[in-house]
Amino acid sequence: MSHPIVVLAGGLSHEREVSLLSGRRVADALRACGHEVVEADIHAGLIRQLAELDQPVILPVLHGGAGEDGALREVFELLGLPYVGSPAAACRLTFDKALATPVVARAGVATPDRVALPHDMFRELGATAIVDLIGRRLGLPLFVKPSASGSSLGCQRVDDLKDLPAAMVGAYSYGRVAVVERFVSGVEVAVAVVDTEAGPKAYPPVEIRPESGVYDYESRYTAGATSFLAPADLPPEIIQRCVETALTAHQTLSLRDISRIDLIVDAAGVPYFLEGNVAPGMTETSTVPLAIEAAGESFGQVLADLVRRAQARLG
Amino acid sequence: MGQVSLPEQRHETRLDRYLDLYAQRTKGLKASAVRSLFAVANRPEVVSLAGGMPNIGGLPLDQVADEAADLIRRRGPEVLQYGGAQGELPLREQICQVMALEGVQAGPDDVVVSCGSQQALDLITRTFIEPGDVILAEAPSYVGALNTFQSYQAQVVHVAMDQDGLQPEALRQAALSCRASGRRVKFCYTIPNFNNPTGLTQSLERRRRLLEVAAEVDLLLIEDNPYGLLSLDHDPLPALRSFDQERVVYLGSFSKTFAPGLRVGWAVAPHPIKDKLVLAQEAATLCPPVFSQCLVSAYLAGWDWRGQVDRFRQEYRARRAAMLQGLEEHMPEGTTWTRPGGGFFVWLTLPEGLDSQSLLATAVTNRVAYVPGTGFYADGLGTRNIRLSYCFPTPQQIYEGTRRLGEVLTEALDLARTFGLTAPSARPGLPPADQSPTSLPPAPNEV
Repeated sequence: MSHPIVVLAGGLSHEREVSLLSGRRVADALRACGHEVVEADIHAGLIRQLAELDQPVILPVLHGGAGEDGALREVFELLGLPYVGSPAAACRLTFDKALATPVVARAGVATPDRVALPHDMFRELGATAIVDLIGRRLGLPLFVKPSASGSSLGCQRVDDLKDLPAAMVGAYSYGRVAVVERFVSGVEVAVAVVDTEAGPKAYPPVEIRPESGVYDYESRYTAGATSFLAPADLPPEIIQRCVETALTAHQTLSLRDISRIDLIVDAAGVPYFLEGNVAPGMTETSTVPLAIEAAGESFGQVLADLVRRAQARLG
Repeated sequence: MGQVSLPEQRHETRLDRYLDLYAQRTKGLKASAVRSLFAVANRPEVVSLAGGMPNIGGLPLDQVADEAADLIRRRGPEVLQYGGAQGELPLREQICQVMALEGVQAGPDDVVVSCGSQQALDLITRTFIEPGDVILAEAPSYVGALNTFQSYQAQVVHVAMDQDGLQPEALRQAALSCRASGRRVKFCYTIPNFNNPTGLTQSLERRRRLLEVAAEVDLLLIEDNPYGLLSLDHDPLPALRSFDQERVVYLGSFSKTFAPGLRVGWAVAPHPIKDKLVLAQEAATLCPPVFSQCLVSAYLAGWDWRGQVDRFRQEYRARRAAMLQGLEEHMPEGTTWTRPGGGFFVWLTLPEGLDSQSLLATAVTNRVAYVPGTGFYADGLGTRNIRLSYCFPTPQQIYEGTRRLGEVLTEALDLARTFGLTAPSARPGLPPADQSPTSLPPAPNEV
């Protein structure tokens, strides 16, 4: 391929460090496959930098903020540059869990009972009354997360209703809307979905077993802190159910090229949709590269195929 | 819907093939969400009040460049060669002159040069500490020291401070109660001048009293003094070491008065300890970097370095004033802070209900960064504290940073009130002098 691939990583979101790690791994994998790669960060001179390159293809590996909410992809569209990944509208929808989860639920996918609330609502109606309502409606334990964030930042399990206010405040540190959902206990899996000529392809689910019991930031990005099983240690029919659920979510949210769908499989074998990721982590401890390699495929080659598809889209 | 094809073998991995080889003491080395936010803090859009980088823009760089070139040209085979583990003799003699400014009487044979005073701290810790040994340290204390102590599996027991620094009676009680419970107390680590992170300084009377208590309970003191010459309001107070040469190991550094990148610091210790440190240095690095030592030596000999330190102080005065003015104007009611007489740092105590760790994300979103207080305690305190540094950004940036921080805190306080989280909590950082003389001893695996 003669045109450079611009791996865009870093940015100004809370996940900048993770993004830089993802970007480095993606760039290395593509270079190992013989591609010319330019690594770039988000900065005021980026548009000029892109204009100076010979018909680049952009591979955004930006986590959180403008990297996942569709804003940057709108700019790529304006520039008329091909890019790997979901279009802006799909990113906007998927990045906001408060919006995406009901859409996936309407497609028949199981989702935890939940409520999404901006912090203004608590100010206007009084926190105590709403906290009580949440307790009565959803029961315990609960899981609180920012509506638009990643890497488990601002997430917390709540076993006692008196701890809910602090957990809510913690989630609001990352955004103005928090999602409170009934905590579903079970096997946590991540499913990588990649578009191919034959349609979206789900890789075998990766089971996540954090040593600490919680798949938080430490468990995600400390090598050795979590065990991964690929495929998940689940009966074949449950694995198939996970795959179908992931593909349904990928298609329902109009995701493109590559996504990661996070699920939790309860004791009855029902996979619950937790969230979709339009810019999944690609670090040394991330599940998407692991799933691809565990399936015997080359991570770099899969990315190169996606770059080729992105180029073809613009003719 | 697609049918997945499963590989014949299940692949199980923890993504680190060396996991079973690591030493137990590395267990605490983990990724951290808070640390990851500093990747954003380093972007130019963010006013970082987090780092403790000295402002060395005013150094006579042409002069330093000439000295460096001259050293290599004239003495290349010597300054690019290995040296002695104790450090270069001319520099050790100059170090003694530097320390004399704070009353320390020492000869070059008392000095061990190190790769920054951080490495001297490491050498001391490895020399004294076995897993489970107790180190007494101010509450709060320098995060880099706590990390070193943790890496040698020491247990840190914090000792309360007040406006005059470490409390002598709290120190006595901590030492005695640890020993009464069968624990070995190896030393007390203290930063008497402009403590990192609080900016507080031990008064002269307090220094004398601390040494009396140390003598009474037979305790070795490690005096870490990187900021002593950066006193902004008066001449430096005499170092603890100037009163007692047998009970005090002194750590000094050129990182704040010259150039941190050269990594030149030192320890001054009683001779039996000094001998161990030299051997430990030999095992650790063979020798501290000779070129760096010679460049520092040439700088001290050929430049008005004290005048340069005066210019640094002038710059830091302006920065401190910007920060204190900004805090006065922008902090929400209920926030308190220290007013340092020198050094780099101001220590904030937030109103009840605010958590400095979780607020860092909001702060970074609002383009200002700080260090949450929890890093400066080994026992979980500090959730309501923030360390702000005024050393590196310009006064205008510092003022703007406090304005942004004020907005974040005001908004957060409103939210905390909404959720009823502003009731008094049990464990604020830096308690008043009449409360909590020592923190609870941490569990063995907590450091």
